[in-house]
Amino acid sequence: MTALTGSLRRRLLRRPVAQDRPAVETVQPATAPEEDVAPVDIAPNDPLLAYLQSAAGAVDVTTLELDSPALGALREAGFALAVPLVSQGELIGILNLGPRRSEQEYSTDDRKLLENLAAQAAPALRVGQLVREQQAEAATRQRFEQELEVARLIQQNFLPKQLPDLPGWQVSAYYRPAREVGGDFYDVIPLPGGRVGFVVGDVTDKGVPAALVMAATRSVLRATAQRLVEPGAVLEHVNEHLVPDMPEKMFVTCLYGVLEPGTGRFRFANAGHDLPYVKTADGSEELRARGMPLGLMTGMGYEENETVLAPGDSMLLHSDGVVEAHSPAGAMFGFPRLKEAVARYPGGAELIDRVLTDLRDHTGPDADQEDDITMVTVARAARGHGGSPGGPTAQQVEFEVPSAEGNERIALARVSSIVSELGLAPERLRRLETAVAEATMNAMEHGNRYDADRPVMVRVLTRRDRVVVQVVDQGGGTPARTPEQHPDLEAKLAGLQSPRGWGLFLIENMVDEAHEHVDRSDHVLELVMFLDDPPGSETGRTTDTAPEGGADHDDQ
Amino acid sequence: MTTSELSSAVRRRGDVVVVDLVGDVNRDAEAALTRAWETARRDHPAAVVLNFSGAGYINSTGIAVVVGVLARARAEGIPLRAYGLTEHYREIFEITRLADFLAIATDEDSAIGGAGGNTA
Repeated sequence: MTALTGSLRRRLLRRPVAQDRPAVETVQPATAPEEDVAPVDIAPNDPLLAYLQSAAGAVDVTTLELDSPALGALREAGFALAVPLVSQGELIGILNLGPRRSEQEYSTDDRKLLENLAAQAAPALRVGQLVREQQAEAATRQRFEQELEVARLIQQNFLPKQLPDLPGWQVSAYYRPAREVGGDFYDVIPLPGGRVGFVVGDVTDKGVPAALVMAATRSVLRATAQRLVEPGAVLEHVNEHLVPDMPEKMFVTCLYGVLEPGTGRFRFANAGHDLPYVKTADGSEELRARGMPLGLMTGMGYEENETVLAPGDSMLLHSDGVVEAHSPAGAMFGFPRLKEAVARYPGGAELIDRVLTDLRDHTGPDADQEDDITMVTVARAARGHGGSPGGPTAQQVEFEVPSAEGNERIALARVSSIVSELGLAPERLRRLETAVAEATMNAMEHGNRYDADRPVMVRVLTRRDRVVVQVVDQGGGTPARTPEQHPDLEAKLAGLQSPRGWGLFLIENMVDEAHEHVDRSDHVLELVMFLDDPPGSETGRTTDTAPEGGADHDDQ
Repeated sequence: MTTSELSSAVRRRGDVVVVDLVGDVNRDAEAALTRAWETARRDHPAAVVLNFSGAGYINSTGIAVVVGVLARARAEGIPLRAYGLTEHYREIFEITRLADFLAIATDEDSAIGGAGGNTA
């Protein structure tokens, strides 16, 4: 039995693994410690595998009669005995042994011992295989997630950081990428003479390729809009620029229009994008203009049209993620319903909120978002209303963070990127970052129990005077998480309190206001940071919490 | 998002021990910081100085780890000091009152001098 005491040499077969067959490993004990045993490759369809799968025990390689290339290879390599390693009815490996050093045949006892060894080794080998498979799957998942993160960062960085402040107008924007990150984008471009360009677009495809095309389109369009006045001419130029380098089967739909804030005149052209709606005193109307998507072929012309947004009117630019959202029964939200919503609801930011509520009702609260959703509203104040309609200019961006340890850094970085150009003082930005990270940790741990299928949603709303970050987890229906007592360092050092429990305390001290809301399904921690000094001076920090809070102690 | 596991190095300067911390101070930092403390306390130093110059992200669970080390230092009668904190994290150490129990210096020499040790 010297073959069994020799050093084992394992080699994973270097061959493609058939889809319907698990990997089979050859485990080859050296016949002597100093001998090197060459690995034997076995093709997935070699009859030896089927034979070993059903063999009752160790198989004599030298006497077996089988038309098998692998059998020949085993004999050539000097093996005498093949012991199948079978786990749960599947052949997962073969223990190959050379002849006994005593030059005697393997005895019945030898075979029995080897079969016992094989019976014990097979499950262990299977576990090893499963671990390797899981590691490979995890690596693949990680690469996929990293690519998604790159796509998100590209998109995020090419969305406007701030919306223009137009007296008498309210501009609001909402953007929420799907998990796989589509190619939605929007832009608001200051133009000479006080005019403002509005863009909403969608790149076919998803992930990094879509994000790169989106970035290129946005850059060319921005540059062209400064040089050319007419929207149709701008789209023509962008199309000519994109066509040569557009990847196969990709194109960009895009609506571009120019607003003259003084008159309300909005002149626009369309490259195959969903048409905008305008809420008027009489209901809602569609703004039509024809044109092929960008990047398909050269020489395209783009029809131009114009409308005048009267005082009280509100326009909605949107992406197909809204109208193509499906209900559990498979029905689309649809254009008619969106048009009706524009007519029925107030304009501006409130329209966006109402449409989002309708969308959630349509898809169901737990539905995965199928595509990016983008909405931009441009609302003109009613006559006699000096200020902006419906409040100050507002922008809203949402994204999700998978509930996994360390992912609060993703939320921190993205919020920091979104608010980076709002003029928040560096030390206040650091405070907001810390509060966002702590709120996200709290949400991942206490709300979502670090369940990867329950992501934390982070919603960033920028107003003229403040930034509001809402961190939403799925831990609703439970009391608020405000701890019964604030952390007391002396008590912690004396062992009277846990060393942890700093999370909510830090949040409260980092931001100007913190509010906690709980409903049946969601728990929302809202962080408010004023762009200038908070109202009410240094004591501006406030925290609203449910009075019955405290049962679920924060343990960060 | 890149996270950086905390690593620590312990060195002596006179009768004071300096613990250099590199990486993120979070929940996962507990093992590294505990190991560093065990090494640092071994020769009964006059004080232990935590060098945060190489520390990146510090969160509430990391604060809890520092509280744990501070509790052990106080129980063993070894003064604990710190330096190398950014303004932001220094503010957090003040808000949490860690700064009341763990003197914070601007640089290593001040931390060692303030700890009462003799600079080598």
